[in-house]
Amino acid sequence: MDLGLTVEEEEFRARLRTWLAGVLPTLPPKPSPHDWPARRAYDLGWQRRLYDAGYAGLHWPVDAGGRGATPTQHLLFLEETEKAGAPYVGANFVGLLHAGPTIASEGSAEQRARWLPPVLRGEEVWCQGFSEPDAGSDLAALRTRARRDGDDYVVSGSKIWTSHAEVADWCELLVRTDPDARRHAGITWLAMPMDAPGITVRPLRTLAGSTEFAEVFLDEVRVPAANRVGAENDGWRVTMVTLSYERGTAFVGEVVACRRVLSEVAREARRNGRWDDAVLRRRLGRLNAEFRALWRLTQWNVSEAQGTGGVPGTGGSVFKLRYSHARQELFDAAAEVLGPESLDLGREWTLDRLSSLSYTIAAGTSQIQRNIVAERILGLPRGR
Amino acid sequence: MDFRLTDDQRALRQGVRDLLEGRFGREALRAALDRADGTGATGGRAGGGGATGGRGETGATGGGGAEGRGAAAAPVGGGGGAEGGRAAGVPVDGGGAAGAVADGSGATGAPAGGGGAGRSAGGGRVLDRELWRALGAAGFFALRLPEAAGGVGLGLPETVLAFEEAGRVLLPGPLIATHLAAGTVPGAATGEVVVTAADGGLVEWLDEADVVLGDTGGAEPLAPVDPLTPLHRLPAREGPVHRLPARGGTPHRWPAPGGPRDARTPDRLLVSLLTAAEQLGSAARTCETAVQHARTREQFGRPIGAFQAVQHLCADMLARLETARAAVYAASVTADPADVAAARLLADEAAVRGARDCLQVHGGMGFTWESDVHLHLKRAWTRTHRAGGGTQSEEELAEDLLAGTA
Ligand SMILES: Cc1cc2nc3c(=O)[nH]c(=O)nc-3n(C[C@H](O)[C@H](O)[C@H](O)COP(=O)(O)OP(=O)(O)OC[C@H]3O[C@@H](n4cnc5c(N)ncnc54)[C@H](O)[C@@H]3O)c2cc1C
Repeated sequence: MDLGLTVEEEEFRARLRTWLAGVLPTLPPKPSPHDWPARRAYDLGWQRRLYDAGYAGLHWPVDAGGRGATPTQHLLFLEETEKAGAPYVGANFVGLLHAGPTIASEGSAEQRARWLPPVLRGEEVWCQGFSEPDAGSDLAALRTRARRDGDDYVVSGSKIWTSHAEVADWCELLVRTDPDARRHAGITWLAMPMDAPGITVRPLRTLAGSTEFAEVFLDEVRVPAANRVGAENDGWRVTMVTLSYERGTAFVGEVVACRRVLSEVAREARRNGRWDDAVLRRRLGRLNAEFRALWRLTQWNVSEAQGTGGVPGTGGSVFKLRYSHARQELFDAAAEVLGPESLDLGREWTLDRLSSLSYTIAAGTSQIQRNIVAERILGLPRGR
Repeated sequence: MDFRLTDDQRALRQGVRDLLEGRFGREALRAALDRADGTGATGGRAGGGGATGGRGETGATGGGGAEGRGAAAAPVGGGGGAEGGRAAGVPVDGGGAAGAVADGSGATGAPAGGGGAGRSAGGGRVLDRELWRALGAAGFFALRLPEAAGGVGLGLPETVLAFEEAGRVLLPGPLIATHLAAGTVPGAATGEVVVTAADGGLVEWLDEADVVLGDTGGAEPLAPVDPLTPLHRLPAREGPVHRLPARGGTPHRWPAPGGPRDARTPDRLLVSLLTAAEQLGSAARTCETAVQHARTREQFGRPIGAFQAVQHLCADMLARLETARAAVYAASVTADPADVAAARLLADEAAVRGARDCLQVHGGMGFTWESDVHLHLKRAWTRTHRAGGGTQSEEELAEDLLAGTA
């Protein structure tokens, strides 16, 4: 139980802090949340700066272009960048946290050379085409068809809830290549160029008013067979190898941010008099306990990953379950502090409250996380 | 940073687990319950009947092999350490230091002794002195006492692991008060002397303790909801209002028992943290018991654990447990008062709700005296009333948000 830093870790953090202090003032102003091309440019620009400074793909293996940093260094990186107010991973999310690691672990040498450097350098954006109208929690029910035709796959079907589809260069696409095989057995993983003929992207408006995700219609889209990662019909395994990454460290920066927001909420309550309400005050105290514990749980999970060569363990599901709920509680409490002002979309916390509603749904709903905890961690018999 | 347990810490935890399973397995628990209940060991209650026997296995304490396991106590105290403590006749400054233990309220180092005056329901003595001495010999109370003073010389993280194990098996007695008195009250470290202390409006084990710390004047016995924790209520007094200590730039350090006491880490923080450790152990046990039962009990032609409603109860138990565990272990390392408060809130919740959910998963059997579930729930409720519970920690953590250290 050692929560201290080694000399190397201290040095790493000191260098990072120095660099952040120098680079952050040089960033352009944040773009409007509704201006997607500007958001893309901003997020890629930040990634490029990380690359030039040697912080891109910090925890990726060296032979994938990464820095081979330890999980602790990666955790420090996420903590310090958030504390310094650096930009969020944004449009680089899928490239850095899912498609990238998948290609790094399952792709051929040529595939790694083709796709990984542009992700690290901040040149290409990826999106994730997994969910379909009839395949959400039950992802293996996906029906988008791919049939082999010469050197290509010809893909038809539709994807939905595809984040960043509007500005993506590539889509990590799950397709059905063998309709007769058992559900999980007939799926293949393809990298689809988003400018291929036959792709229609229709943005969907979220309840927060913005267009964070889209429907993607695929009509006889030709994808080179060379873009297949892993064997044909082995796509389910290829996907599962890295799905846990999404739940492992994806939320580290957010926990740090939530702790800052919670302090701001308390100060706002003190300013506007709500602090005198003991029930509300104690609710904020309890949230402090929750986020402190979530931070410790993160450190715990990262330490465990250290022992497994960086692969996040099942602790990610427990974390995701608690965190998504805690985040919603936080912004509900903020709304109580704000009172009638919480109905004003001009208040940052009002938008945050709206977007927090997606946390118990995206990347596996809370019910699905409980299923995973019950069946895979606790070993209960498979439910129906 | 490596938050994982070291090999030594794992060995220590296993050592304590083996010791406690040998010395205080399920049969011993039920026997203690029968003594407290004043019924004597009736076959049915001690676990004779078919249904009870099955549950005994579920409890996973196993009972068997008591002697062999008792011998495995070595890792806890290294035997020699505890012996040394006894030979050295432990501390010199009994009286004065005891005052400090009692958080400045002016100790009455009065041996309680005597008969069962004021004891509520139940017959003979409940506290097993032989067990208590065995714990002392294994170094349970002297864990943090420096080796030079005859202790084991370990830190708070190790102590937390030991108290977690105590919580798992519902080990009865004023464990925390006696542990905190090691080094200041002669005989506490070795388990020869049982020490209890006034805590807020309550005092546990008043009639059975040899030494009582703090002001217990006007104590009135309660009929305790937890049959294995005799309780007295204390008259309302003007108590100090506890605030989080002011923060300096230096990190907090837990004081070694018997050494100079640091005003920033008063005993009430240690009481709160070790209580959290016990709650954690209880939550771990009820989670395991619920899962075990859900795997084996069948209804509608399949194990009830295949029903999602039951699965999700169990998943939430684990999520509460693991979150609390991270908080409790971290607090044992950082000694930060806000970390302790957080640990305590989450551990109290994990224990109380864990026991309730475990009860639910057991159906009618969960509502019986025969099952151990109610013992976990009642003990968990009792522990929530110790220093640092509920409102107190919530208010401290709220203050902490304004202090800007969150
Ligand atoms: C903001 C946001 C961004 C997203 N981005 C992407 C993306 O980039 N790419 C992508 O592929 N997908 C994305 N998704 C999709 C997301 O993964 C799915 O929404 C999610 O998996 C749930 O699927 P569904 O919407 O079809 O709901 P359903 O699966 O229909 O679920 C509806 C309800 O039924 C419950 N339910 C379903 N099955 C079970 C079960 N077995 N046991 C208990 N309860 C069950 C669910 O918990 C839920 O409450 C995104 C979603 C959101 C909200």
